[in-house]
Amino acid sequence: MEAAAAEPGNLAGVRHIILVLSGKGGVGKSTISTELALALHHAGKKVGILDVDLCGPSIPRMLGAQGRAVHQCDRGWAPVFLDREQSISLMSVGFLLEKPDEAVVWRGPKKNALIKQFVSDVAWGELDFLVVDTPPGTSDEHMATVEALRPYQPLGALVVTTPQAVSVGDVRRELTFCRKTGLRVMGIVENMSGFTCPHCAECISVFSRGGGEELARLAGVPFLGSVPLDPELTRSLEEGHDFIQEFPGSPAFAALSSIAQKILDTTPMCLP
Amino acid sequence: MKTVKHKILVLSGKGGVGKSTFSAHLAHGLAEDENTQIALLDIDICGPSIPKIMGLEGEQVHQSGSGWSPVYMEDNLGVMSVGFLLSSPDDAVIWRGPKKNGMIKQFLRDVDWGEVDYLIVDTPPGTSDEHLSVVQYLAAAHIDGAVIITTPQEVSLQDVRKEINFCRKVKLPIIGVVENMSGFICPKCKKESQIFPPTTGGAELMCKDLEVPLLGRVPLDPLIGKNCDKGQSFLIDAPDSPATLAYRSIIQKIQEFCNLRQSEEENLISS
Repeated sequence: MEAAAAEPGNLAGVRHIILVLSGKGGVGKSTISTELALALHHAGKKVGILDVDLCGPSIPRMLGAQGRAVHQCDRGWAPVFLDREQSISLMSVGFLLEKPDEAVVWRGPKKNALIKQFVSDVAWGELDFLVVDTPPGTSDEHMATVEALRPYQPLGALVVTTPQAVSVGDVRRELTFCRKTGLRVMGIVENMSGFTCPHCAECISVFSRGGGEELARLAGVPFLGSVPLDPELTRSLEEGHDFIQEFPGSPAFAALSSIAQKILDTTPMCLP
Repeated sequence: MKTVKHKILVLSGKGGVGKSTFSAHLAHGLAEDENTQIALLDIDICGPSIPKIMGLEGEQVHQSGSGWSPVYMEDNLGVMSVGFLLSSPDDAVIWRGPKKNGMIKQFLRDVDWGEVDYLIVDTPPGTSDEHLSVVQYLAAAHIDGAVIITTPQEVSLQDVRKEINFCRKVKLPIIGVVENMSGFICPKCKKESQIFPPTTGGAELMCKDLEVPLLGRVPLDPLIGKNCDKGQSFLIDAPDSPATLAYRSIIQKIQEFCNLRQSEEENLISS
C-alpha cells in the first residue's frame, strides 16, 4: 500500500514555510527569525527553525542550544527540540561542526548539496510554521534553498533591512531575487530602528531613518513594522534566554509580537 | 598587480559589522595624502555597497586598450565594484560560485590600476568562493595582510574566530582586528551606553586568546551612517568625533605594519 503512494518527504507535515531574507549582512535576519519563531510559538503554534547559514550559523547560541548533538532516526535527521513538549525545534549546520571555531570554507556546489539535505532529510514531523533563516546575499545557498523548498509552496519571504540607504540598496536586489525566483514577499521588517538612550530617554536614529518604509513603498510590498535597537535583547539572545518571556516590557517585544500577529492574520489557518 | 605596492584585505566572518564602511574610510584616510595612490576594490558581488558609500552610484566603468578603468573619486583614489556594471539599483546579481570567481579574476587581472601604493579589497561576509578566490589569485602577488572587523557581541566574535582560522589556514597574515560599534555616545547627554554589549569580553579578550593584535575600537556615531548614505567621508565631516580619532589611529597602525613588512622584505632581498 505504501509503495504505491509517492514519497511525501519530511516537509509534508509542515503547514507553512517562511523564509527570512536580506540582501544585506548584519541586519538581524537570525535575530528576527528566532524572535518570530518564539512569537509564533507563544501564540500557540508548533514551530521549527531551519538555519541554512553555513558560514555563520548563529541560531544555536541564540536559543541556548549550542553543542547539542544531532541524531539520525529512520526518517532522517532528528531536529533538536528546545522544549519538553517538543513544540519548538531547530536544525542548523552549527550542530554538525565538531569545533565551533572551525570555518566552513566551502564553495557553492558543496553548500548546495548540504542545503538540499537539510531541507529534505530533517524529520520535522507536524509543524504549523517552519522559519528558514538564510545567509546574506543572492547566491548559491539562496537558489538552493528556494529550489529545494519550491515543491512545498512556501508562504513567502520576510525581508529584513535596517533604516540606512546602504542597506536598502542591497535589499532592493534581494526583492529582485524574490521576483525572479517566484518567491512571494510577505513584507519588509525594518530592524535596528532607533535607540532610546538609557540615560536621557532621547530616541536616536543610530543607523539613519526611513529606509524600511521607503523600500516597501518602492517595491509595492507591505511594511510589517519597525523593531528598535534594544541592548537587553542582544544580551538576552547572546546568553540564550527566552527573550519574549523575560522582557515583555521591551519596545522590541511589542514590535515583534505585532509582526507575528500580522503574519498570523494573513495566513490561512483552516485545516485541509 | 605588479604595480601595486601594498595589498590589504578587509574581512569578517560576520555580515553588517562595517567592513565596507571601514574599507571606504581606510581609503579616504590614506588618500588624504595626495602623493599616495589608493585603489579600492569591492568584491562583494551580491551586495556591492562601496559605490554608495563613496558617493559614486550611477558611475560607469570604461574599457580602454590597457583594460578596465576604475572610477576615480579623487585623482589619487580609484574605485572598482560590480555595482558599476549594473544598470539599475534593483538589478540583482544572482550568480553561483564559478561565475563570481570569474568576475573576481577579471577585477584583479583586467583593471588598469596603474601605479598604486595601497590596494584595499573589501570582501563580502563569510568564508566562501569569493574569499578563497581572492586569496588564491592574489597569493602569487603577495598580500600584506588582512584587517578583520568585528562588533563586540559574541554572535560576531563567533564568526570572526572562524575567519581568523581561515586566515591561518591559507597563510594570510593578520594585520589585526578592529572592534566596530564599540560603545555609543548619546549626542544629547554625552553619556556612553553599550548598544551591542560585549557579553563574552569583546574583541579584546578574543584577540588575547588568539594572539592577534587589536588595532582599535571604533564607537558608534550616528553621523557615520548618515555620511555613508550621502557618500561622503565621515573623517572630513566629523573631524572631532571619537570615531574619527579611532579610525585615524587604526589607519596609522595599518600603514606602519605595511611599511615594516616592506622594509623586512627589502632587508631579506639585500642580505
